[in-house]
Amino acid sequence: MRYLFVLAGILFVTHKTRAQSAEALVQKVKAKFEKIHDYEADATLKTNVSFIKAPISNVRILYNKPDQLKIINKNGISFIPKGSVNMNFGGVLINNSDYDVIDAGKDGDGLRIVKLLPKTDTADIVLSTLYIDEKNLLIKKSKTTTKENGTYELGMTYGKYAEYGLPDKTVFSFNIKDYKLPKGVTLDYDEGLKKNEEPSKNKKGRVEITYTNYVINKG
Amino acid sequence: MFQLLQIELYKIFKRPRTYIAFAVISAIILLVQIALKFGGEEYVDLMMTGAKETFDIPVHQILNGYLVCFIILNLLLIHVPILVALIAGDVVAGEANMGTLRLLVSKPVSRVQLLAVKFLASSFYTIVLLIWVAVLALLVSIFLFGTNQLVVARKDEYDIISTSDVLWRYGAAFIFAGLGLITVAALAFMFSVFADNSVGPIVATVCVIIVFTILTQLQIPFYDQTIKPYLFTTHMLGWKGFFYVRGEEGVTIEGSIEHFSQIIKSAFILVGYTAVFLTIAFWYFNKKNILS
Repeated sequence: MRYLFVLAGILFVTHKTRAQSAEALVQKVKAKFEKIHDYEADATLKTNVSFIKAPISNVRILYNKPDQLKIINKNGISFIPKGSVNMNFGGVLINNSDYDVIDAGKDGDGLRIVKLLPKTDTADIVLSTLYIDEKNLLIKKSKTTTKENGTYELGMTYGKYAEYGLPDKTVFSFNIKDYKLPKGVTLDYDEGLKKNEEPSKNKKGRVEITYTNYVINKG
Repeated sequence: MFQLLQIELYKIFKRPRTYIAFAVISAIILLVQIALKFGGEEYVDLMMTGAKETFDIPVHQILNGYLVCFIILNLLLIHVPILVALIAGDVVAGEANMGTLRLLVSKPVSRVQLLAVKFLASSFYTIVLLIWVAVLALLVSIFLFGTNQLVVARKDEYDIISTSDVLWRYGAAFIFAGLGLITVAALAFMFSVFADNSVGPIVATVCVIIVFTILTQLQIPFYDQTIKPYLFTTHMLGWKGFFYVRGEEGVTIEGSIEHFSQIIKSAFILVGYTAVFLTIAFWYFNKKNILS
């Protein structure tokens, strides 16, 4: 019986240590990101959505602390997914005092999995899972489930701006649904070629942003 | 031959009613432009219904001169054939009505030459009318709304076309639309050869266009497979095909056309219809006993 108590005590202490460690890790990543007050970046934006054909666009990305992210395409038209503010993972981190941090171990690539759960019922984010490179203090992947805009996944590749935690490339994945517009609205015409009509179902859309340069903390 | 053509063109362009078509087209285009200038964002919002659940839509960027021109052409190219019929339906029957046709065929010009010149003059009028549409719909819209990429809303997808990739598509679309309108001119011209006054051919052409257009627009599977593929009004809409692009992994391929072979097929069908209408017209006119 005594051994059982000791074992339970060890498990509790280990769990507590790991939880603290996850919180500390998040704090370290947050501290790194907090060095950035604002940035501007030139980027190319590629949309891969089943119902959109669009050219690759050159965009300008503007960020202001804590979570203001704008994607501007002055020379063309870009459809920006709703909830794209989640492309700026810093928003979640900076307000992380509003979240409970849960350590979920490591994934196959050795990335630490940390889950952020909001403490209140009113937050739009339901759950955010971060995959963190502990050595370099970089978020490599995240999955965010929101009440309004479904689930988003974000994959990040880092290069010369890694010291600020800013990626060279982000891949933003989100749920989409097929749609059909009435012919009167679309001004479509029958080309005499029938497409393979698949039943409407949830699919993934992707937006890839490749950054070419950053201007950081220049006001 | 050239002198004959000049005379025919003089006859067409000296009549006030020739300019009714230009006035009507100007009025329609300007009304649409004014409406879109003040309420265009609501229209675009409706057009983007399929995407706005998932995306933030830059409505003010989408509403540009290229889109306005595309909307105008969609509205107008159904009705321009009626205006073409006003002239092409009158070109032979009008002479018969005035009693000058007999005088004309008594000149030392073959009937084939005479008819060819009259059809060329009708086609010239059609092309001038189309150029007028192009100038007002494209250039004035660009002046009023500026340029940006063109978003084409289709039944189940949106095609976004680069600014640098748009103008040649309009050029090709206008040429194709010209082909369609010349087919209508040939139909009205054929009716004109049969009649001795211009009301009949004009009304007959308008009726054919209305009936065929209704059949083209009807979404009834039975007609989709049986009648629609053979109506020239179905193929007159082929100009839109120049605005349907191919894509790879969601990225527009610049300069591409999704179903180019379909456009070529439609063009051949229109040329075929024109040839049939003209053959009938020439055959009948050559053997016609002209009494007036």
